[in-house]
Amino acid sequence: MSNIIGIGAAPRRKEDFRFLTGNGNYVADVKLPHMTFGVFVRSPHAHAAIKSIGKAAALELPGVQAVLTGDDVAADGLGSLPCGWGITNAEGVPMKEPPFPMLAQGKVRFVGDMVAFVVADTLAQARFAAEQLAVDYEVLPAVVGVLEAVRPGAPQLFDDVPNNLCCDWELGDKAAVAVAFRKAAHVAKLSLVNNRLIGNPMEPRAAIADYNKGTQHYTLYSTSQFPHVVRFLMANLVLKIPEQKMRVVAPDVGGGFGVKQFHYGEEAVITWAAGKVRKPIKWVADRAEGFLSDRHGRDHVTEAELALDENGKFLAMKVMTLANMGGYLSTFGPNIPTNLYAPLLGGVYTTPAIYCNVKVVFTNTVPVDAYRGAGRPEATFVVERLVDVAAAEMGIDRVEIRRRNMIRKESYPYQTPVLLEYDSGDPMGCLDNGLVAADVAGFGARKAASERDGKFRGLGYSTYVEACGLAPSRFAGRLGARGGLYESATVRVHPSGQVTVLIGTHNHGQGHETTFAQIVSEKLGVAFENVDIVFGDTDKVQFGMGTYGSRSLVVGGAALSKASDKVVVKGKKIAAHLLEAGEHDIQFEAGVFSVAGTDRSKSFAEIAGAAYVPHNYPLEILEPGLEEQAYYDPVNFTYPNGCHIAEVEIDPETGIVTLERYTAVDDVGTVINPMIVEGQLHGGIVQGVGQALYESAVYDEVSGQLLSGSFMDYTMPRADHLPQMTVKTHSTLCTHTPMGVKGCGEMGTIGSPAAVINAVVDALSHLGVHHVDMPASPNRIWHIIQNAALPRAAE
Amino acid sequence: MTSFDYHRPDSVPAAVALLGGAAESKLVAGGMTLLPTIKQRLATPAALVDLATIPKLAGIALDGAVMTIGAMTRHVDVAESELVHGKIPALAVLAAGIGDPAVRNRGTIGGSVANADPSADYPAAVLGLGATIVTDRREIAADAFFTGLFETALEPNEMIVALRFPVPEAAGYAKFKSPASRYATVGVCVAKVAGKVRVAVTGAGPCVFRVGEMETALAQAFEPAAVASIKIAAAGLNSDIHADAEYRAHLVTVMAKKAVVAATQAS
Repeated sequence: MSNIIGIGAAPRRKEDFRFLTGNGNYVADVKLPHMTFGVFVRSPHAHAAIKSIGKAAALELPGVQAVLTGDDVAADGLGSLPCGWGITNAEGVPMKEPPFPMLAQGKVRFVGDMVAFVVADTLAQARFAAEQLAVDYEVLPAVVGVLEAVRPGAPQLFDDVPNNLCCDWELGDKAAVAVAFRKAAHVAKLSLVNNRLIGNPMEPRAAIADYNKGTQHYTLYSTSQFPHVVRFLMANLVLKIPEQKMRVVAPDVGGGFGVKQFHYGEEAVITWAAGKVRKPIKWVADRAEGFLSDRHGRDHVTEAELALDENGKFLAMKVMTLANMGGYLSTFGPNIPTNLYAPLLGGVYTTPAIYCNVKVVFTNTVPVDAYRGAGRPEATFVVERLVDVAAAEMGIDRVEIRRRNMIRKESYPYQTPVLLEYDSGDPMGCLDNGLVAADVAGFGARKAASERDGKFRGLGYSTYVEACGLAPSRFAGRLGARGGLYESATVRVHPSGQVTVLIGTHNHGQGHETTFAQIVSEKLGVAFENVDIVFGDTDKVQFGMGTYGSRSLVVGGAALSKASDKVVVKGKKIAAHLLEAGEHDIQFEAGVFSVAGTDRSKSFAEIAGAAYVPHNYPLEILEPGLEEQAYYDPVNFTYPNGCHIAEVEIDPETGIVTLERYTAVDDVGTVINPMIVEGQLHGGIVQGVGQALYESAVYDEVSGQLLSGSFMDYTMPRADHLPQMTVKTHSTLCTHTPMGVKGCGEMGTIGSPAAVINAVVDALSHLGVHHVDMPASPNRIWHIIQNAALPRAAE
Repeated sequence: MTSFDYHRPDSVPAAVALLGGAAESKLVAGGMTLLPTIKQRLATPAALVDLATIPKLAGIALDGAVMTIGAMTRHVDVAESELVHGKIPALAVLAAGIGDPAVRNRGTIGGSVANADPSADYPAAVLGLGATIVTDRREIAADAFFTGLFETALEPNEMIVALRFPVPEAAGYAKFKSPASRYATVGVCVAKVAGKVRVAVTGAGPCVFRVGEMETALAQAFEPAAVASIKIAAAGLNSDIHADAEYRAHLVTVMAKKAVVAATQAS
């Protein structure tokens, strides 16, 4: 068949026509008859007791349909917003899991915590009524930082969570690490902060809920990365609606980055409210609301140590981290700084012993959860910074110390001391290619040129690994996951031979409609343009866990691959009948079923036609129709890895850090669409550069107000901050995924912060600087340079 | 947004009369500050008086050694004006660096000056060049105009109709942009006008201000080295999550040097 566009091709993205011509269908575009509008009343205080809420005046206002508060939630017996992961301490004691009511009950715990929901006929009426709502607060002292939150005497968020400590979690062999540290020739130490980030997808969160009185069906349109999980959690655990009466639709979604991967209280409140007012309700967050309510990311304070022998071989690593959870446990909150963090501390190195302790802490801030990379960028930052500190202290070249400790290609599969077994990789190959691609040989000349201009120039490496393709359900279950992490796909072949795929992942900008169509085009020989991908509707798609953790291709694509294989198996049976041959003599290639060694053949479309018009068909042994479904649960994580090299120039007069060059050589396994992989890398790298140089969510330490609550103060990376990047692949195939893919959605964000900061520190190393916290803002860099220039009194 | 009355007067007296008519009435020039403020419900004016339809409020004209820029002249028009490029290139550079293209296509010089945002660019040029603010009723010297944080000498219901800039012998503007907002963390305008040197700083303090010590030094030698060692005190300067007062004080010196370089290169 013509126009097969398969694996390895780079067609333009199918979905871009509708996005670029303004024909996308986002939640805010959905309009339902008699639609009303909802506004959330949010706490202006970081920590306060709610003394009373006076609804009466607001209810009297024109157009107001409902005013709902935490008391109404309690009166209806609704559930708490569930946490999808339970972690335990070393003795097996479960984490403290205080309730997370969808509207605050008794107390508010962060600025932006939801206090009430106001529904009115127009948005203006709803806003006005929300402003008139009389909420009487008794303001309490607040705590926003993890170090302060665990100190004696700190404000306590929950009566039954002493010291705000959710869980004192650990991983690794503490005793073996202690032994190794005792015999170390050198111990490198580093204190660091991993700065809090806000994802800021281009499309703000939004939801529309509708209730059908006749069938008692609820429909929720939501900007979600995983509509089936929202249905599962919300229907069963929060609202207690029969699951078959709940439909969740996530149509086109304008970016997620993890921010839209949680079950939010807004979704539950609006669905519940729609049942009460018996009219559709629409809510669209404005940008300020997003800053105050989208789940934040990162926010760690860490002390890390690396023990080395006299040759610079890593003997052991010890990492102590305080991780901020914010005011409540979000859907995956406690999993991120524990299970997605500590197991990555092995990096691409042979470190034989690792111990990690993570204190998971509540504070009066927005709940913290997964943001692109989720735990793995934090781990990579610790490891790759620590390696550089060790190299500097021991006088070993930074590339050389990495080489001495890297896992050799032939050593895979490689079991780390922290749970993971890497299936494949060639970190040395990525490093070697990276050195060439980044023209490291020419760095000296570039540095000299910078010095002639009075500038400092630095080079930074990050040779990293991530665990992606979330996740093997059995393994995740042992780590506390309360759900499965498989994926499903249905390949529906129409009588014409054209194909609709129903898949449980979600496309919110990554190009899945293109990538998945290429897989089907390759597997079934169907023209690329004759494959459509359907996702994001629980009434259409069988089931699915959605999109996060670089899983859509790795897990969803594997399900799609398996379902496509099943179509071919059935197609061969039909072809054998039609061609009067044995099933085992039927070959299938490029969309044609043929009898081996003959010129007898049937096209894929002819087989599909026969399946739906079964006049000449083996009905005794085969059902009509051609539609196959597969669920795929991975046997392991995938381990994309690579070498990122950043080169920066610093103007000592202003402290401005300019990213001059950026090179990435990554092992992503099989590449389905190289253009999309490159785009994912670009976007991921930019978000990592954003963390390293620009972004920071800052709270006022006393009032708990978010100081970086708009784009006027939260610095997003922009095009003019960035150089032209060099992005290449150096792939080994994943040994356990059907197509050898490893995933690429998060790797840019995981590898890049350490590369950039290592470059910044390198540029300042002549001043005796050994670490720079993120973001490396001009103000911070200027002060570091000033302090370094001061004569030291004691010396 | 709450509801409000909306007026489109056809003359300056009509606009001023409308302002006086209702309490909490606001003039709208480009609306680049006012409209976001209203959308966030931080301002709820009873009436808006839109100046867009008043003839002759926009435009750039040269009369001898004086350049008059109408209050409703957009930043993009100043940035692209051949007249401005020819006579006061620093002003064109300044206008080209305000906000982003959307802001420059709507925002106006009169609106910016009347708003007197401590981080806005134009106040540095108005004060640095010693411009005159022409209102519906009088002329105000720049030195008497900016009185504090978002505070000016404008009386209630007084309206700026034009800015009158002397054509300088040399002028330069250098700005350290906030990486987030692209407002001036520190912006310095240095000008030599009728033999006198003026140095005005925006962004660093609660209100645009002059640096006399730099002016004296530059009057003796109009070169970057003249200001390189002049440090201003951090006390009283702005401090926020992007730049503390000490850093801002340092940036004043750095930007002053760059402004002198720009001034000497441009002239």
